[in-house]
Amino acid sequence: MTPFESFASKAVPLPIDNVDTDVITPIGRVLEGAEALVRYAFESLRFAPDGSLRRDCPFNDPAYAGARILIGGENFGCGSSRETAVWALAGMGFSAVIAPSFGGIFFSNCFKNGVLPIVLAAEDVAAVARHAAGGSEILVDLGRQRVSAGALERSFEVPALRKEALLDGLDDLGLILKRQEALAAFETRDRLERPWVYLSPA
Amino acid sequence: MAASLFDKLWEGHVVDHLGDGMDLIRIDRHLIHDLSGPASLKMLSERGLSPRAPELTFATPDHRVSTEPGRTGGGSPANDKALAVLRRYCDRYGIQLFDLNDAEQGIVHVVGPELGLTLPGLSLVCGDSHTCTHGAFGALAWGIGNTEVTQVLAAQALIVERPGSMRVSFEGELGPSVSAKDLILHLIGREGAAGGARHAVEFAGEAVTGLSMEERMALCNLAVEFGASFGLIAPDETAFAFLEGRRFAPKGELWEAALQSWRRLPSDPDARFDAEIRIDASTVAPQVTWGVSPEDVVAIDGRVPDPAAAEGEKQAEARRHALDYMGLEPGAPIEGTPIQHAFIGSCANARFGDLAAAAEVVRGRKVADGVRAWVVPGSQAVKRAAEAAGLDQVFRAAGFSWREPGCSMCLAANGETVPSGERAVSTSNRNFVGRQGPGARTHLASPVTAAASAIAGRLTDPRRLGAGG
Ligand code: SF4
Repeated sequence: MTPFESFASKAVPLPIDNVDTDVITPIGRVLEGAEALVRYAFESLRFAPDGSLRRDCPFNDPAYAGARILIGGENFGCGSSRETAVWALAGMGFSAVIAPSFGGIFFSNCFKNGVLPIVLAAEDVAAVARHAAGGSEILVDLGRQRVSAGALERSFEVPALRKEALLDGLDDLGLILKRQEALAAFETRDRLERPWVYLSPA
Repeated sequence: MAASLFDKLWEGHVVDHLGDGMDLIRIDRHLIHDLSGPASLKMLSERGLSPRAPELTFATPDHRVSTEPGRTGGGSPANDKALAVLRRYCDRYGIQLFDLNDAEQGIVHVVGPELGLTLPGLSLVCGDSHTCTHGAFGALAWGIGNTEVTQVLAAQALIVERPGSMRVSFEGELGPSVSAKDLILHLIGREGAAGGARHAVEFAGEAVTGLSMEERMALCNLAVEFGASFGLIAPDETAFAFLEGRRFAPKGELWEAALQSWRRLPSDPDARFDAEIRIDASTVAPQVTWGVSPEDVVAIDGRVPDPAAAEGEKQAEARRHALDYMGLEPGAPIEGTPIQHAFIGSCANARFGDLAAAAEVVRGRKVADGVRAWVVPGSQAVKRAAEAAGLDQVFRAAGFSWREPGCSMCLAANGETVPSGERAVSTSNRNFVGRQGPGARTHLASPVTAAASAIAGRLTDPRRLGAGG
């Protein structure tokens, strides 16, 4: 993963609640592979039934070309655990998603792929979206944990561990593997207390 | 200090506190399938790693397999290839695989409990969002992404953020033809698809303790559609009786020791929750969805909502979009909407009890002309038990096709789809846009509602056909 750096960019507003990961990456496209995932991300929103691009979809609006931020609605990324949803967003060039709330597994998947999910209050998300409409830039500063949209500046929460992993461009595996000793100690204790958990002898 | 079931489960698995509510959690069981499994196994091998505890990981193909009687694979070259990859890595790493025609193959969330791989007090993960199903046994169970699957394989632990806690109590008795599926759909409709977000939800109350394990699994299955991080039910004698003697459940002295430990798991009487919801279960009618999120749900005797009556423009627009996709008229009664497909299957509702309840509705009746009706048992074990009870004959005689176990039309990853613009009643858990195929229109419902609807050829109140409780 490339280390996450602060950036300013256009942001695509997608003010729809409960955008699920089946909508982000429909199963048929998931099965077609990495390229189709990205090309057909948000297929039912971006494409008309005849396969043409929908003019009224913000993803297709040239005003947002090059945007690295997506502004979603409540419960963005709910549904299936498919990590392809985050892979598709990253493939489309998004590095951050701002929404009032996220689907839990999607939220966690974001951090594993260098995409920063930012939770802001619904009215702040709406204000950021208003600023972004038409192509004005939004600033995302992970180091200072701040989002700026014109005069509006809001801080967001992110656990230190996840922040560092993003800034260093690492996933958790290194951190977990570093704690194998603690894990072994846990298991030695636990094996005495709950021997039925361990399906083979030590 | 008083602790909840969730507190006990969580604290029993913390290896290390990492700050800001992030904990390193030890993983006791890991289930793998043919959709998220192959890529994650490949990632593991590409990183030069191998599984730390392969004896705790179990695999079965379900998502991509054909459910056609006489099947030989996934129904497409890509699916067959995924299956081959799954087989190769399971073989290489010594992971037990319940393969396509193994006596134990089936949907992971049906198979885990059947085999006693799911037990109270365990932490259990799978690269699938409906892993919350296993919480019905009082297990700390949740769905994870591909990267996390690789991490669990490599390290048998995950870094997880501790969620808040919520208790949802269903008091009172269920009405006739009302099932756990109706309870959870009702809850999601009332509180929204994000109502349980960032919370571990414990389901309690007499309507829940009175449920069979199969019904409890249906309830917990849709916890993720409620946005919850976990769906839990306190383990009790019903759970223990279900598990005793199962293949991977402890035996003899170990069983007794486990029982002692499991009896300490239920929430202490004065345990505190960050949020509490109480629902009178006796007021809940059979439910059916009308839109494209599980929160778009009404009682079967209710009406399709009107965008004009929405709270605010955003909700009005969402309703217009849903009604347009679903081809429904605002204000129309939902009952009577003609359907072309009926799907009884999925990890929500394809266990023996689900099929038995549906069969009672179907017995001696015929599927309406123009309806394609399928029963897809959740596992080989369910299929065997159903056949031993003659349920397959009941369904066949009525005009249903009786298929092999798998996810099938729940996910439509194997060519088993609802055609664009056509309408299905489905016992699965997701009515998302395109979930059952591009343009497919899905109405989620319980097995008895789906069965009654298949017979009538339209969405039908199962109480009309005298469907049992
Ligand atoms: S039956 Fe449906 S919801 Fe369940 S695991 Fe399979 S695809 Fe997922």
